[in-house]
Amino acid sequence: MKTHDIVIIGGGPAGLAAAAAARKAGAEDILILERDQMLGGILNQCIHNGFGLHTFKEELTGPEYASRFIRMVEEEQIPCRLNAMVVSITKDKEITYVSREEGLVTIQAKAIVLAMGCRERPRGALNIPGYRPAGIFSAGTAQRLVNMEGYHVGREVVILGSGDIGLIMARRMTLEGAKVKVVAELMPYSGGLKRNIVQCLDDYGIPLKLSHTVVEIHGRRRVEGVTLAQVGPDRKPIPGTEEYYSCDTLLLSVGLIPENELTRGMGASMNPVTSGPRVNDRLETDVEGVFACGNVLHVHDLVDFVSEEAALAGESAAAFVKAQEEAGKAAAEPEGHAVCLQAENGVRYTVPQTLDIRNMRDTVTVRFRVGDVFKDRYVAVYYDDQLISRRKKKVLAPGEMEQVVLKKESFLPYPDVKKITIRTEVE
Amino acid sequence: MNGMDYDVIVLGGGVTGCAAARELARYQLKCCLMEREEDVCSGTSKANSAIVHAGYDAVPGSRKARFNVEGNAMMGPLSEELDFEFQRNGSMVLCFSKDEEGGLQTLYERGQANGVPDLRILTGDEAREREPNLSDQVTAALLAPSGGIVCPFGLTIALAENACENGVEFLLNTEVQAVEPADGGYRVRTSRGDYTARFVVNAAGVYADVFHNMVCEDKIHITARKGDYCLLDKEAGGHVSHTIFQLPGKYGKGVLVSPTVHGNLLLGPTAVDVEDKEGTATTAAELADVTAKTAMSVKNIPYNKVITSFSGLRAHEDGDDFIIGESAEGFFDAAGIESPGLSSAPAIGAYLAEQIAAKAGAEKKPDFQPVRKGIPRVSQMDPEARAALIRQRPEYGTIICRCENISEGEIVDAIRRRPGAVSLDGVKRRVRQGMGRCQAGFCMPRTMEILSRELGIPMEEIRKNGPGSEILVKEGGEA
Repeated sequence: MKTHDIVIIGGGPAGLAAAAAARKAGAEDILILERDQMLGGILNQCIHNGFGLHTFKEELTGPEYASRFIRMVEEEQIPCRLNAMVVSITKDKEITYVSREEGLVTIQAKAIVLAMGCRERPRGALNIPGYRPAGIFSAGTAQRLVNMEGYHVGREVVILGSGDIGLIMARRMTLEGAKVKVVAELMPYSGGLKRNIVQCLDDYGIPLKLSHTVVEIHGRRRVEGVTLAQVGPDRKPIPGTEEYYSCDTLLLSVGLIPENELTRGMGASMNPVTSGPRVNDRLETDVEGVFACGNVLHVHDLVDFVSEEAALAGESAAAFVKAQEEAGKAAAEPEGHAVCLQAENGVRYTVPQTLDIRNMRDTVTVRFRVGDVFKDRYVAVYYDDQLISRRKKKVLAPGEMEQVVLKKESFLPYPDVKKITIRTEVE
Repeated sequence: MNGMDYDVIVLGGGVTGCAAARELARYQLKCCLMEREEDVCSGTSKANSAIVHAGYDAVPGSRKARFNVEGNAMMGPLSEELDFEFQRNGSMVLCFSKDEEGGLQTLYERGQANGVPDLRILTGDEAREREPNLSDQVTAALLAPSGGIVCPFGLTIALAENACENGVEFLLNTEVQAVEPADGGYRVRTSRGDYTARFVVNAAGVYADVFHNMVCEDKIHITARKGDYCLLDKEAGGHVSHTIFQLPGKYGKGVLVSPTVHGNLLLGPTAVDVEDKEGTATTAAELADVTAKTAMSVKNIPYNKVITSFSGLRAHEDGDDFIIGESAEGFFDAAGIESPGLSSAPAIGAYLAEQIAAKAGAEKKPDFQPVRKGIPRVSQMDPEARAALIRQRPEYGTIICRCENISEGEIVDAIRRRPGAVSLDGVKRRVRQGMGRCQAGFCMPRTMEILSRELGIPMEEIRKNGPGSEILVKEGGEA
């Protein structure tokens, strides 16, 4: 069986950034396994701009952003296998993949970076009553057909869900000549970025109906229309508010789900809120030497943060391999002191979920999302019961990822801290 | 054949029609099967409970009782011969109070009279020991070890492929408009011209009454009885191991909770009579009913793991039994085939074929090939066999459907077989592409490309299922 130091599962933005960072950190033997025909992942279909403002200080399209990282990987001559679908990973880091050229191959990794991304929630998961005709697409599927393959998916469109892909597709479909009649959102707020609502809906006069959902799909062979209804605070349709929209296409942008079949298969513990694995401050899962980053870990809003997070996973994997090789030679790290992070009072989750205050880097970025729209709230950090920091935010929204940066030195006065809490506070 | 086009024309490419066609193929008879849709298994056979019933429900002496028990016994050997998925997981009928236990006893006695093997009545605790997730309210249960689950697409398509291989012609996209007596046989008028045959098998599902009544003196009446279902992710597939029924009511066997042969969990069906024989729209009320009723049987069903919901139509005849046999000279009915139709299909097919062969004086074909090999299920092969297969045909190494791990080779096979898939749904029913948790979000564009390449048609003509269900719209023109 062939052995590699680091095997990266997925050649999208997370996998590419992890590979580049691992190489920079000194890892020599890296392999990227990508199931699609090309590197770049979902960025290849995101032909709109707005990527890279944080990373490159300029506005790039998705393919441009991806190509910067692909170039890094090529310059570093990091090998990739394309059309290589990983079918299983064991706890002992044996990876089995299948490809046309190589057949079924099992390799041994010393460290693994999980970067498989996420998938869209399908229509079926919503249990929308009615027929099951053609013309219902998840927004990303439509995006691929339109942007990468150059086809038209519909002329009169209703979009359910105001996730970012749905908003982007509202604009794209409009530019392609389709009439986007309405975007309906079940929640009383949008799940997407504010800038996307402005640039993709408002600029084109597309109405956004909050607290609305599709209650029936009409049309036997192809969608002929949908019925929308307003929902109450319990998210149940309010009788009498039904409104019929004729359309030939229904796009769904109703949530993204990290693709963690492989992660579960190897027995890593999962976080039910993120649907990603539980990780420590090095982004290591509880399977030693297996790291995770990007949308497989938790769904991100901006790819720039994916790249940043993935770089940490790549560096951590490189450090892990190095430490393994040097075990016995060098002095071992001081014994760790892992502290749990707790999300509270409006904060839905944190990534990472644990932090080793003795062996952490100088700073650790903790990312999180809130569960509702909050105005003029504080984001507070506590070490046990001690308030450490409080920062006022004009708006906190579920569609936008938030972060706090924890400094290693801030723990000096609290060497025995048991719990780090991140919560929102009104006053 | 006295100038006839065929000896036998089978109307309908559902499981009953395909079973009849496959059994007729054993004899020296020229047969064809006509189907209105583009593919077999496009009506009731594609949307049902996927259950092979033990046979304790039907009244002793009824045709339902006879063919169910016979079909159940045939299913095991048939699944080996034709390579489709079938599992004898056993079924349980629950009751929730002492008052109902008489009903359970009635079923037990019916089962005994019908010849169902190994039936037992369990106490609530005994039942929960076997199925820990059963409701605490269960006071007793009838256990039928011979109950099973089957892939309804797998069964129907296997029968069709084997019939086709043995010489039955499949006329798809052929809508039968009229059946009329002609020259000692029948003339079948269709959307693609007229065909004549000495014998007709009427396996037209919810439309069987229409054709029967064109030919026969005594009229029948079939109601489309709709049932809504929810299918849950494979993560929920192990929630129960048996098929869990409640005591049957006026509209059938009630709502069940069952694993599927593919490891999902199936909930349903409701039962609502509908006017429209094409009325397969699910409704909010019925889907809610599925949830409410299944929750009575089984605890903690993870309803948030639903990956799709659908509905199917049962062909319910007013007389409440199957109508099977020669209803007019040379006109053989398989009508009113509601539950347990899937279970009974192999037996119904064999019975009709014997009757027709005897009447026609047809001999058995010496070269009938009873064995059919299914499309390789690559992800389930052992690693060496899988590697060898990929070396031989590399397209088995390209995974198209991530959720179900379906390769390009399997999709190509689904299209190239006869009768083959001509649409996304046809591929899905044959190899499960797109049947997983992402419901084809990722693999649909790739599968469309393969269909386009294999069928030699442009992408814009790729359909979900049948005319008018094109996935893409053409630039400029009408949708």
